[in-house]
Amino acid sequence: MESRDPKQGSQESLNDQDNLGKKANRKLTLKLVAATIAMFGFGFALVPIYDIMCDALGINGKTSSVAVEQPIALEPDTSRSIRVEFIAHPNPHMSWDFSPKVASMDVHPGEVIQTAYWAFNRAERTIIGQAVPSVSPGLGASYFNKVECFCFNKQPLEGQSHAEMPLIFYIERDIPESIHTLTLSYTLYDITDTVAKPDATAQVQMVTQSNQLQGATP
Amino acid sequence: MKTSTPQNEKSSPVADADLSRANSSIALDHEEHHAPKGLARWVFSTNHKDIGTLYLWFSFIMFLTGGAMAMIIRAELFQPGLQLVEPHFFNQMTTVHGLIMVFGAVMPAFTGLANWMIPMMIGAPDMALPRMNNLSFWILPFAFAILIASLFTEGGGPDFGWTFYAPLSTTYGPDSTALFVFSVHIMGISSIMGAINVIVTIVNMRAPGMTWFKMPMFVWTWLITAFLLIAVMPVLAGAVTMVLTDKYFGTSFFDAAGGGDPVMFQHIFWFFGHPEVYIMILPSFGIISAIIPAFSGKKLFGYHSMVYATCSIALLSFLVWAHHMFTTGMPVFAELFFMYCTMLIAVPTGVKVFNWVATMWRGAMTFETPMLFAIAFIVLFTIGGFSGLMLAIVPADFQYHDTYFVVAHFHYVLVSGAVFSIMAAAYYWLPKWTGHMYDQRLSLWHFWCSIISVNVLFFPMHFLGLAGMPRRIPDYAIQFADVNQIVSIGGFAFGLSQLIFLWLVIKCIRGGEKVGAKPWQRAEGLEWTVPSPAPHHTFSTPPKVD
Repeated sequence: MESRDPKQGSQESLNDQDNLGKKANRKLTLKLVAATIAMFGFGFALVPIYDIMCDALGINGKTSSVAVEQPIALEPDTSRSIRVEFIAHPNPHMSWDFSPKVASMDVHPGEVIQTAYWAFNRAERTIIGQAVPSVSPGLGASYFNKVECFCFNKQPLEGQSHAEMPLIFYIERDIPESIHTLTLSYTLYDITDTVAKPDATAQVQMVTQSNQLQGATP
Repeated sequence: MKTSTPQNEKSSPVADADLSRANSSIALDHEEHHAPKGLARWVFSTNHKDIGTLYLWFSFIMFLTGGAMAMIIRAELFQPGLQLVEPHFFNQMTTVHGLIMVFGAVMPAFTGLANWMIPMMIGAPDMALPRMNNLSFWILPFAFAILIASLFTEGGGPDFGWTFYAPLSTTYGPDSTALFVFSVHIMGISSIMGAINVIVTIVNMRAPGMTWFKMPMFVWTWLITAFLLIAVMPVLAGAVTMVLTDKYFGTSFFDAAGGGDPVMFQHIFWFFGHPEVYIMILPSFGIISAIIPAFSGKKLFGYHSMVYATCSIALLSFLVWAHHMFTTGMPVFAELFFMYCTMLIAVPTGVKVFNWVATMWRGAMTFETPMLFAIAFIVLFTIGGFSGLMLAIVPADFQYHDTYFVVAHFHYVLVSGAVFSIMAAAYYWLPKWTGHMYDQRLSLWHFWCSIISVNVLFFPMHFLGLAGMPRRIPDYAIQFADVNQIVSIGGFAFGLSQLIFLWLVIKCIRGGEKVGAKPWQRAEGLEWTVPSPAPHHTFSTPPKVD
């Protein structure tokens, strides 16, 4: 990293200055390289920061991925009702038919509701699905509590068979007045290739069992 | 007004001119002993002027390449329906046009100008890290060779827009996406090395007496630009790396099925992307701040406020990224925050425009070609700034988003803004670089053809966008046909006008009226104290600035 042509530094003092200059250049260059590396790391740090921010501010329409305890003696607020719309998106690469049992319903905040989604595996082989939920408007997501949801687990389904996948939820009573409608959307992905097979058969039985579960949908 | 400091600066270089000229001629003798000739001179060069020249030529070649792609786009859009190209190829053209113009034309042009001018403006003998300088240029042609080669692979080149939103670039991207990723990596490394070099040069190699607030505005704006580059180019490198691993190695940064989020891509990309647009305009501000005073016969009005305005634009640029994403379903408070922050940027930008106009006010203005381009810059950049303010308004943006209004906006700030400022810089410093005055008649042809055609090209796009024509689509509804034809004619005219410039530059290098050290009588700065053409080595002994 020469800063000058060596031939020009004929005087001794100039050479000294040159060396000092080179040292300063190297020091600053190293600092800037360190800053560059730090910013590269920051780019990746944005990934967890994004999740934490979305979680803390409740702004991404992501619902909680763990079940909440079913509240005991929760008094429904009958003075208002919120329209809940159910949407199903099978991923284009997913060979399942996937739809909500009911398209929409009116729900009082605090009322515990059971409903279900219906899935049919058009393929000949077992396919494991994973549903990813999203709530719109995003700010409503943190008031939408799921007691039980098929999205908490992987959903294996044998070829040419169908399943009813249950969903139990309630809306918190302190949901802002400005929210009149909540849209719950599930996108279903094929994760067969990423999941080990033996594990799948065990879960098929689980789903078949849960199919027996008949919920009273209001 | 605090004009006292710059005044001091201006008086000194002239007095110092004889000394530095003497030194330069000594350096010239030295150079003849060791400088390699022919191709080796350029490949192995560590001289800031040679590397600056390489950057500028590379940028011009890329400008014509990206321009040729724009011609294909405009030819297809001349009529509704599909005539010339497949939609898939059209998508590749819009994508690669954007990438080439941003990373291949505008940014290397500024780096080239920085290489040529910054050492001469601060009285340094060369850039601080000459070998890294060589490397940072010579990896660029490879980056663009890879990018352009990807167009010829099976399945085509990048077709997801220069913003490469996931999942377009991950799930739905062509097989050649890895080539795109690597070329962006190389471009990023090149501009980071360039930026480090600029910072080290400016911080460590200023001539004695060249204090911070005596530095020319071009040096100031480039210093701030270099910090922006170091802050955001690594984030872009991170984003393309995530796209690479998502597409080829099964990670799920942007894949909802695996717990990722495609909207996060947009956040990371625009965290880079918004400072990037200031990277492409701040050096322009420096150029205009050099040219306007030189042809108005007055000092730059409000030098200090210019410096502070540049700093605040740079800082604010990190707080506005999400205004590119108003339609992704952000909560209202976030939309309001980003809307107000965006509008706040109009204040320091307004300070700059005000200062340029105030510099011209009651000045003895002359209208040489650099000045014409500089005035055109101020007017047209301001139009682009205003359409940017319109886009910042959240409810209005819901209508304008992804329409030709956006295309009109960013072409006003980037073509009649950044590119015009580069043209202005080229005319202003060509006599210094070549020792010849350019052909003034030809330059006027270039200017008037460019300014008329650029407006025919981009102004009607505002109306197309307001009427609802979406961007990046090869076909359109029949009612847009007339305006699109006008736009396309403007596009062809603008493209051809640039060939006048190419011819003018070649002519100027090969000969022309000889000029002295200071071809512009009222220009100020150390670069005008060295002879024209600037000798291979300048300021081997630093000039004294007081």
